[in-house]
Amino acid sequence: MHELGVTQAVVELAVERANGRRVTRVVLEIGKLSGVLPDAVRFCFDLCAEGTAAEGAALEIVEPPGRGRCRSCGADVPLDGPLGLCPCGGTDLEWIAGGELRVTELELTDV
Amino acid sequence: MCKSNGDGHPHHDHEHRHPNGHGEEERATRVRVDRAVLDKNDRLADYNRGWLGGRGVLALNLVSSPGAGKTTLLERTVRDLAAEFPVGVVEGDQETDADARRIRAAGCRAVQLNTGVGCHLDAAMVARGLEELDPAPGSVVFIENVGNLVCPALFDLGERAKVVVCSVPEGDDKPLKYPHMFRAGRVVLLNKTDLLPHVPFDPDRFLDGVRRVNPSLRVIPLSALRGDGLAEWYGWVREQAARRQPAGV
Ligand SMILES: Nc1nc2c(ncn2[C@@H]2O[C@H](COP(=O)(O)OP(=O)(O)OP(=O)(O)O)[C@@H](O)[C@H]2O)c(=O)[nH]1
Ligand SMILES: [Mg+2]
Ligand SMILES: [Zn+2]
Repeated sequence: MHELGVTQAVVELAVERANGRRVTRVVLEIGKLSGVLPDAVRFCFDLCAEGTAAEGAALEIVEPPGRGRCRSCGADVPLDGPLGLCPCGGTDLEWIAGGELRVTELELTDV
Repeated sequence: MCKSNGDGHPHHDHEHRHPNGHGEEERATRVRVDRAVLDKNDRLADYNRGWLGGRGVLALNLVSSPGAGKTTLLERTVRDLAAEFPVGVVEGDQETDADARRIRAAGCRAVQLNTGVGCHLDAAMVARGLEELDPAPGSVVFIENVGNLVCPALFDLGERAKVVVCSVPEGDDKPLKYPHMFRAGRVVLLNKTDLLPHVPFDPDRFLDGVRRVNPSLRVIPLSALRGDGLAEWYGWVREQAARRQPAGV
């Protein structure tokens, strides 16, 4: 389960950025096309944060929808998974949104 | 996967005091960060790319589900190509050094990395593995990732390309079931074609799936056991090796 490694990276990034402060909230973007399951990250988060400056932090996950551009006709196509289909029949879609896997906001509290 | 839009510079973060609603108004600070989660891995992967490039070493990352035949393929590849360029192997498994020993027996240097509970290699482990392997300038280094068709797709190791190995007995539906891995790959080796007469597997269905997921993915059918198709695989490796660069180029 790569969500464990991903969640560890989230906690590390947050703690590093906190620079001695406590992390009390983490906002994470996990795009619909990122290949990462938000529920699995939620499941791992408390465990990964235990014993770190992010212990007990609230985790908020935003899930940007996927969007692709059809390489055959140029149309913008909404994607709810990695296997998209353009109304023109094209399946060769360039991903333009939904691949996000980013920390966008932290709440830090002085100790 | 998403590092393209991640240029996180922590010093540009915006900090401002903000009530957090938990009675800590004076002490809580909301910080906009905007950093890719795998930023650290991606930076280390870039470091590996530079390290490899500086030595003119080509690195290929072999990914597959467990037992698709990566080590068998590498044993043969080592025997057949070691006369053309120095070859080295970095082996990733959760436990044991069995695969590294198989590779050494086939005649090349091999370093074993054990990931323990981890289900994939990351760039930091590979940095250590490369250091230990210490490949000669101009080498081709194969990195055998942990058998897993999901997790390694996300982790850049600094390789030139991901080589997906998929085998006939796994079924022709794998590209559609594991689209992220097939999307991340540059080439897919369809292994164990010697079993085609014995198991239900529709090559056209497999190819349709590949095209659906990643139209630019090249498919090379082969049998690591019997040797069919290996010439095309070696040709592909030679093409990549021809593009490995001496320092600074
Ligand atoms: N029939 C057939 N069997 C093969 C072929 N290639 C590998 N095998 C067999 O498949 C089994 C697994 O092969 P390995 O090379 O160990 O596979 P692997 O991908 O390295 O496995 P892990 O490292 O455990 O993920 C062994 O029994 C091999 O002999 C092939 O082309 N045809
Ligand atoms: Mg193996
Ligand atoms: Zn279209």
